[in-house]
Order: sequence, then structure tokens, then C-alpha cells
Amino acid sequence: MVPRRYRASEPEGTVDRFVERVEDYGAGARIVARKDLTLTVGDLCRANGLARVVIPSDLPRSWLPEGVESVADVGLGVRELDAIDGTITGCALAIAETGTIVLDSGARQGRRALTLVPDFHLCVVEETQVVDGVPAALRRLADNLRGPRRPVTFVSGPSATSDIELSRVEGVHGPRRLEVVLVRE
Amino acid sequence: MRKGFPAAAQDALGDAQLRRNLLVATHAIRAKRLAAVGERPDWEELREAGRTIKRRVLRHLDAYLIQFEQAVERAGGHVHWARDGEEACRVVQGLVTATGQHEVVKVKSLTTDEIQLNETLAAAGIDVLETDLAELICQLAGEESSHILVPAIHKNRIEIRDLFRRELALPHLSEEPRELAEAARLHLRERFLRARVAISGANFAVAETGTICIVESEGNGRFCTTLPDTLITILGIEKLVPTPEDLEVLLQLLPRSSTGERMNPYTSLWTGVTPGDGPREFHVVLLDAGRTDVLADEVGRQALACIRCSACLNVCPVYTRTGGHAYESVYPGPIGAILTPQLQGPGRADSLPYASSLCGACYEVCPVKIDIPEVLVHLRGRIVAEAPPWRAERAAMSALAWVFGSERRLGRAQRLGRLVGRPFVRRGRIRQLPGLRAWTDTRDLRPVASQTFREWWASR
Repeated sequence: MVPRRYRASEPEGTVDRFVERVEDYGAGARIVARKDLTLTVGDLCRANGLARVVIPSDLPRSWLPEGVESVADVGLGVRELDAIDGTITGCALAIAETGTIVLDSGARQGRRALTLVPDFHLCVVEETQVVDGVPAALRRLADNLRGPRRPVTFVSGPSATSDIELSRVEGVHGPRRLEVVLVRE
Repeated sequence: MRKGFPAAAQDALGDAQLRRNLLVATHAIRAKRLAAVGERPDWEELREAGRTIKRRVLRHLDAYLIQFEQAVERAGGHVHWARDGEEACRVVQGLVTATGQHEVVKVKSLTTDEIQLNETLAAAGIDVLETDLAELICQLAGEESSHILVPAIHKNRIEIRDLFRRELALPHLSEEPRELAEAARLHLRERFLRARVAISGANFAVAETGTICIVESEGNGRFCTTLPDTLITILGIEKLVPTPEDLEVLLQLLPRSSTGERMNPYTSLWTGVTPGDGPREFHVVLLDAGRTDVLADEVGRQALACIRCSACLNVCPVYTRTGGHAYESVYPGPIGAILTPQLQGPGRADSLPYASSLCGACYEVCPVKIDIPEVLVHLRGRIVAEAPPWRAERAAMSALAWVFGSERRLGRAQRLGRLVGRPFVRRGRIRQLPGLRAWTDTRDLRPVASQTFREWWASR
């Protein structure tokens, strides 16, 4: 038997801890009330110069602000994705302990290329999607891995490298900027 | 041509720049690891769980491999079995050729380095591009990797800047890591976007579901496993874990041990093919290449539990001074010293189990509790036992065993030793013994006491 005693000491997960740990990676993170979501998304798009964003086709249109052109992904080619400023998605769940967002290509997330090729990723997390630690996350993901088998990506901050003298540089091949917006009920 | 560790280490130790680069880098990562590990009150429990999972996999590997194969095929992937590196290379070359492509992008993979896949593909006219920054640095420099996690750890920013200025035709590049990383991004971007075929290794593979897991930082792994039409994954058979839940242990152990982060930027999990998302064709090549032989050794087999975090390299008093090239192996450091000789078989890397002071720091940091010193000693014993009887070490050990076998022989040997040793004692120590310089050059000996315990006891 695999001893699972480590599960007993899983740290308490809180939304605040999640936000703090996302920021530790050099990503942006903020907590907003639902009524302010669209406003915040708009602010972030403006602040980061996003004029055109690609979105999964099932993303709630109510999240999108005025003045930002959104392109729903209906099998765009990589060149088209590459020419777009950024992407806005939801997520499958989020891990407080490690400041990780988890994408499983399910609702509001689209396929993997969407959160990979564009240079900016804005991810909206619902408060109820935040779990304590990695074990809780795997428990929630296991059904998908055993069933529909959609691909899963753990994202912890923007792309980074430490390959030069082990000094960390954020922004390599994946999105150079990650902004996480947590919606509190 | 191999020199063997002592000669290769001698060269490395003479390179002051290399030693400085290594010292800076390994100490930085040690501090980060310590902080990340210290944050988890359940670290020891996680290690124990990690060890148990890997041990179980190795014990029932035959069953897990079949289960994995069936799961991958159920999910629309193809599985190929390769006895050795040559067979694996042949399979991969065939798969690439069948696509009609001549360009391949590649995710950093020690397993493919081990079987020299790049060389085989290049000989077949296939252009292989390494996409991990450190691997790219090594590829451009025409050098071997010197660290499991950071293959270019032996190079500092100035050396990398000069390399990029020359090889990427960027004469005005500065040595800022940010600018160097940006140069790599621009160099690789177009290739990522047009790549049709990719090759990867894997960190873990789930037997029950056929899921492959890759842990990375830069996003090059995501590009390679997402955009191309065809993906070929080379999987050492020891990389399996039984269930998806087992990943919860290893995904906590690996990043903290490896880069000293709570979590690495990107972890990708995929199962076979997913219509509309990612490659349309997926192949796994299951590689043995000596692993089942290692499995047959009850002490040595724990080396197969390694999750390639490289924590043991960063704390090793030998590795941090000699660097990775001295090991003349894809797997350097303490783990390399036990893995390489076993994978390659007797007589091919026999100096490596001696490349250690047996201080035990590697065991203490190992996230899956591989008792590296135990295996080192075990392998040394095996090397000596398999040596011809006239070899000095074996002859000396046999003689010692004979002396220690009887109280009278030991007493006589002590008296003899006192007499023979006396002329060589300088300031209370024997510093040189003719004929035994290999031993005494690096060690001082205590002379036999003027009265041994036995003599005192008898004269009482």
C-alpha cells in the first residue's frame, strides 16, 4: 500500500493564498466581485494593449468588455493565433498551495493551442474552483483522465527559464504574461 | 573515447571558469530547494509515498507495461517496443520518414540522448532541433549536456552571449539572461509554428489510463506536444506510475527538488489523441535498453526509481567540483554513478561507482529515497568481485579476509605491520608507502599502535 499520510497534512487552501502564490511567479492576480468582472477584464485588456483576443467559443460573452474585438476559436490556424494579441479563458480548477491554474480543455477553456500561442493569457477563476493542494486537484481530474481523456495542462505563472546561470527569466515560448482574475461570490 | 572518471575529472578540475560557474549555479539552486522543501511539513511522508509508488511499479513492471499499452491503444495511440537504443532509433526514424518530413522539433529528453537519437536521425538526413534553451545552447556549441536539469550549467552568461552572437548572427546581443532568452524565442518561434513532427521524452506515464506527463518551464514542451500533426514519445519503461492519483505525489516532489519551485510553469498531460486538439497521430516507443537487466539486481534496481530531479547533483561534493562532463555519461552526478554502469553493463563505466566520497548527501535529498551510497558500495563490490583474481584490489581484499578470519593471523599481521611500517612513520603518520601510492597519495595512515589491545590484554 502506498502510505498516504501526507494527505492529512495538506495545507489549508484559501483564495488569498492562491492569489499570493500566483503573484510569486511574476503573474498578475486579483480578486473581484462578479459584478466587476467585465470592468476588470476591460482594464486589463487596455493596460496590456490587447485589441484583439481569441476566446473559446463557449466563453460567456458577458465577461467581454466593449472596445475589445473577440474572435471565437473555430479551428483557427496557428498563424492566425500567432497574430492575435491575447486570449481570455476560464479554467477547470485552481490550486491554492502552488498558485496553479489547471486547464482540461473543458468548458470555457478551448483547445490547448489557445492558451499557448498568443502572448497574453487572461484566466478567470471562480472561487468554487479553488482547491487546497495538488492531491485535491488530481482527485478532481481523475474522472476526466479515466473517462473523456481530454488533455490537461497545469499552468503556474508565465513561461519561464532558469537555464542561464539558474537566474529566472519570465516569458520564453509560452505566453509571456499571465493575469488571473478570481471572481468572489 | 572514454578516459574514465579520474582522468576526466582531472581535466575538469583544472578549469577555473568551470568551477566558478558550477559553484555559483549549484549553490543558488540548493538554497531554493531548501526553502521550497522546508515549506512542506509532510515532506518526509511524501518521500516515503514516492519511494513506495516507484518500488511497486518496478516490482510489477511486466503487468503495468501491458496495461499501459492497452490504454494507449484504446485512446488512439500506437505503442512500439524497443529492446535497445538501436531498435528504438530505427522505429523513430521509420515513423519520421513515413510522414515525409525532414524537420523535427524536440523536447529535452535524457532518454533520447542516452540512445543517441539525434545522431541517428541526422545521419538519415533529418534535421533535429532541440527546443529547450539549455539543450539548444549545447546543440549550438556542439557540446554534451553536463547536468540533468540544466544541461548548459557549465556555461556562464558571457559564454552563452558569445555563442549566440556567433551562431545566431546577433552581433549586438548583451549577456542579460532576459535578452538571451528572447533571442532563443525568436530563433525557435518560426520552427514551432511550422513543425509537423515532434519528438519528446516523458517524466511520467500512467499505466491505468495511458496518460503521458511532461513537466517543463519554457513552453517549448507544450509547443512540441500540441501543434505538430505527429508526436513520437520515447518512454523508458521505468517511467510508469500505476494510477492518476500517484501523480499527486510525484508532481509535488519533482518541482521542489528540481528547480526549487512550488510548481514548474507547465505540466502537460495527454492521453492518446484528442480530436480537434493536438497531434492527429501519436506514437509511444517503450525503451528497455538495459533496464530489465538492472531490474534483476535487487540492490541496484532502486536506481530505476529516479525521477531525474537532479537534486543529488547539486549537493554532491564531487559533482559540484568536476561538473557533468567528467562522468562521460548522459546521467552525471551520484545518480549517474549508479545508473550508467548498470545500464551499460560490466566493464564500460567501472570508474563511476568510485566517483563519490560516500558522504550520503545524495540520499538525504533524493525525493524517492534512492539509497545511492548503498548502491555505490554494492557496485564497487560487484566490480571487484568480477575482476580477475590478480588485480590488486581483489587480491588485497582476499588477503585481508584471510587475515581477519583468525585471531592468531590478525595478531601476527599487526606485529608485522608495526615492523614494516616503522621506517615510514613521519610525525605520527604514514604518509607514503612504496607500491601502494594509489592509496597513500590521497590518504594518511595511522601506524599500528606500539601496544595493541590484544597485547595489553595478554600482558595484564
